Amino acid sequence: MKTICLYFEIHQPNHLKRYRFFDIGTDHYYYDDYENERSTQETAQRSFIPSLKTMLEMAQMYGNEFKVALSISGVALELIEQYAPEVIELLQQLNDTGCVEFLAEPYSHGLSSMGNTECFIEEVKRQAKKMKQLFGRSPKVMRNSSLIYNDEIGAVIAEMGFKGVMVEGAKHILGWKSPHYVYSCAHDNRLALLLRDYKLSDDISLRFNNSTWNEYPLMADKYIGWIADMPEGENVVNICMDLSAIGIYQPLESHILDFIKALPAEAQKRGVKFATPSEVLAANKPVSPLEVIYPVSWNDEERDTSSLLGNCMQRDTFNRLYDEKIVGRILACRDRRIKQDWDRLQASDNFRFMTTKNLMVNNYRGIYETPYDAFTNYMNILGDFLKRVRDLFPDTVENDELNSLYTQITNLGKDVEVKEKEIARLKARLEKYEAKEEALAETPAEAPIAEEPAKKAAAKKPADKKETAAAKKPAAKKTAAKK
Amino acid sequence: MKVLMFGWEFPPKIYGGLAVASYGITKGLSLQGDVQTTFCLPKPTGEEEKFLNIINMSQVPVVWREPEYENLCSRLVGHNSGDYYRFRNHIYADFNYLQGLDDLGCIGFAGGYPSNLHEEINNFSIISGVLARSEDFDLIHAHDWLTYPAGVHAKMVSGKPLCIHVHATDFDRSRGKVNPTVYSIEKNGMDHADCIMCVSELTRQTVIHQYHQDPRKCVAMHNAVYPLSEEIRAIEPHKNPDEKVVTFLGRITMQKGPEYFIEAAKRVLDRSHNIRFCFAGSGDMLNAMIELAAAYGIADRCHFPGFQRGKQVYECYKNSDVFVMPSVSEPFGIAPLEAMQCGCPSIISKQSGCGEILTNVIKVDYWDIDAMADAIYSICTNDALYKYLSEEGLREVDQITWEKVGLRIRSCYDQLTGRGWFDVNDYHA
Repeated sequence: MKTICLYFEIHQPNHLKRYRFFDIGTDHYYYDDYENERSTQETAQRSFIPSLKTMLEMAQMYGNEFKVALSISGVALELIEQYAPEVIELLQQLNDTGCVEFLAEPYSHGLSSMGNTECFIEEVKRQAKKMKQLFGRSPKVMRNSSLIYNDEIGAVIAEMGFKGVMVEGAKHILGWKSPHYVYSCAHDNRLALLLRDYKLSDDISLRFNNSTWNEYPLMADKYIGWIADMPEGENVVNICMDLSAIGIYQPLESHILDFIKALPAEAQKRGVKFATPSEVLAANKPVSPLEVIYPVSWNDEERDTSSLLGNCMQRDTFNRLYDEKIVGRILACRDRRIKQDWDRLQASDNFRFMTTKNLMVNNYRGIYETPYDAFTNYMNILGDFLKRVRDLFPDTVENDELNSLYTQITNLGKDVEVKEKEIARLKARLEKYEAKEEALAETPAEAPIAEEPAKKAAAKKPADKKETAAAKKPAAKKTAAKK
Repeated sequence: MKVLMFGWEFPPKIYGGLAVASYGITKGLSLQGDVQTTFCLPKPTGEEEKFLNIINMSQVPVVWREPEYENLCSRLVGHNSGDYYRFRNHIYADFNYLQGLDDLGCIGFAGGYPSNLHEEINNFSIISGVLARSEDFDLIHAHDWLTYPAGVHAKMVSGKPLCIHVHATDFDRSRGKVNPTVYSIEKNGMDHADCIMCVSELTRQTVIHQYHQDPRKCVAMHNAVYPLSEEIRAIEPHKNPDEKVVTFLGRITMQKGPEYFIEAAKRVLDRSHNIRFCFAGSGDMLNAMIELAAAYGIADRCHFPGFQRGKQVYECYKNSDVFVMPSVSEPFGIAPLEAMQCGCPSIISKQSGCGEILTNVIKVDYWDIDAMADAIYSICTNDALYKYLSEEGLREVDQITWEKVGLRIRSCYDQLTGRGWFDVNDYHA
């Protein structure tokens, strides 16, 4: 049975403000609040809210027949929480219908999967935790930023315990193979790969409203017909796109929402069903491993990382950002502002703005006019940020040392806890003894006064509590005796 | 196709960008093989390249004289005695009243831009009447406002289409406070022209809006650069690894915006001290700029080596890490292209025409000194940006050749000679 796995990515770039080099060292706030508020609200109003409302209607209309997968980057979630909280409410309502599965992804929407594994694992876990917090379930399937994937990244994702991952069904990795099967990671067969059908995905996200396209106008019956008429055995069709494709790239006036709404009904007619990625993985076993040596992504026609790391400016930025020493320090530190800036600066949008490739679509540059402008601004901010990170710890300290120091501190905390418990236990014993003694001395009125100094002494010296405890008995006795 | 071309400058005698552009255009046309250019210059040196006919306007007779043959032959520079006699047969009026006639019956030119420029322009136009009567040509092409009256005169006499080439307008030179005499000459030339070639879209818009020309006869004809010679390629850059050099090269006049460069320099120097600023060129604002630098306390980091000639220009580019052209209004501006040929990244103002055909440069508004300082600082501190702009800029500028410009001019010529008028809508670059 043919299965459609529909997946939408929710992301919103966090715009950096105009930051001149003479601000380095004096200004540590990097964001264009006005632009962020405006663009987040605009995207929410024009795209997120109408699409999510439609999905909600679909869930009510079709019940279990309609399934969808969503994922939200952590940085976008922060923006949405701040400027368009109604989107979160809609997401939760949608979650309550049970038709949606949330996927994990790196919190920052960045390139850490290629830059620093430790950082990558940390931010995926953080994102998964946030998903659990908001929607009650831990994600089982993952998607990387821009669907960046290769065998090494696959191995790391498998190691984290994910069952599956979304991968671009690029021609150069598939060759003669069809994207309509489930494959497995070449380095770790525990991980299943769901391959995006870029033709069918781009039909909606790029071409839907293009009147020069020979399939224009695209109707739900035609679209489902293409899927239903696929060869026997090609059962899984992964249709993935940015949620902003609905409403931003393809205007709502194009009736794209009506099209999406009509899909399940048409699918029912042709015996095609919808499923979430987890359901797809449960029903379909991987047919073979798929080798991906160089990273693929869902960006532009080449479907590689050239629009993110294609020129030497982007690579230089990338190398500075994921410098081992820097990442180690950031992971080790406890400074919340640094951590937040780190998330936002990693976002892949910052790299995309620097591309010098002539992208046919989606060559939106945010507040920048040219790639050089984007690079200059970002490097100024990065210069300030890296300086702050370096200032956190002295230069001479190595990352390993830092880590061991931090472990010591954490362990110290634990030690203190253990010792406090011990004190409490001993105190209880002491009280017992005192009660006995009081009973023996038969002066009940003096007992509480005697107790206090003993308590203080115990609290002050937790380290040598045994001796104190041992010494306490006679001391208590003495005070009691003196009185 | 025969073209009668009027120009004011031509290499090897270079006063400014006009000479370089005139050379490029004529060379680009000559490469097509079937375009014969007759180039009229006020005072050639005789050392011009021989791919075109040079006519020495200082030795075209306007009054009948009978010089001795040997004497004549020995004195002629540019055209030969045959030409002289042919010209003499086409004297069309009695100009004996003119001042400054020599024994050949010619009016002399000082060359360059003397103080009696308007008189020279007028004389140039008088002589063009003789040429228009004696020469056989299909088209007239006049470069810059100095030769517009000559072009118009030649058109009146011959009835052949006139194409004028706007290398600059007085609006660019004066920041809007135009000299009415110059404006009237420019406007008259444009009014009579059948085709107006502007060195950029920016200039084209000025021509359309400030000179009220029909947009259909205006076309943007961007300049190009010539590949560097072996001698210049061989120049070894002298760079101090600990110091960066930022260069301004051009006339230090109001049009070129030198004060914005100083302001940006001050901002950069507030932050870092291993950057030097070089002002190559001379002009009426030179002293004011030196004073401004001193007032800001950055004179120790600013250098004023004066006007650079020939090879010195390229040495200057090669030794620089950043080239800045903050022009307030630049019709085209060939300097950034030359800097890019030397692998030097350029920052140009958005008010520069060359920005329309360049992508691997940083463009800022001339007044946005913060952005300019930021761009300078960024190139000086980020090797990746320097490397990218340097390599990609070189690759890009190598594609901008006079040969292509020649072809584009040729297609305009074909329209003009074919049907007598020009329409930019039918023109495909």
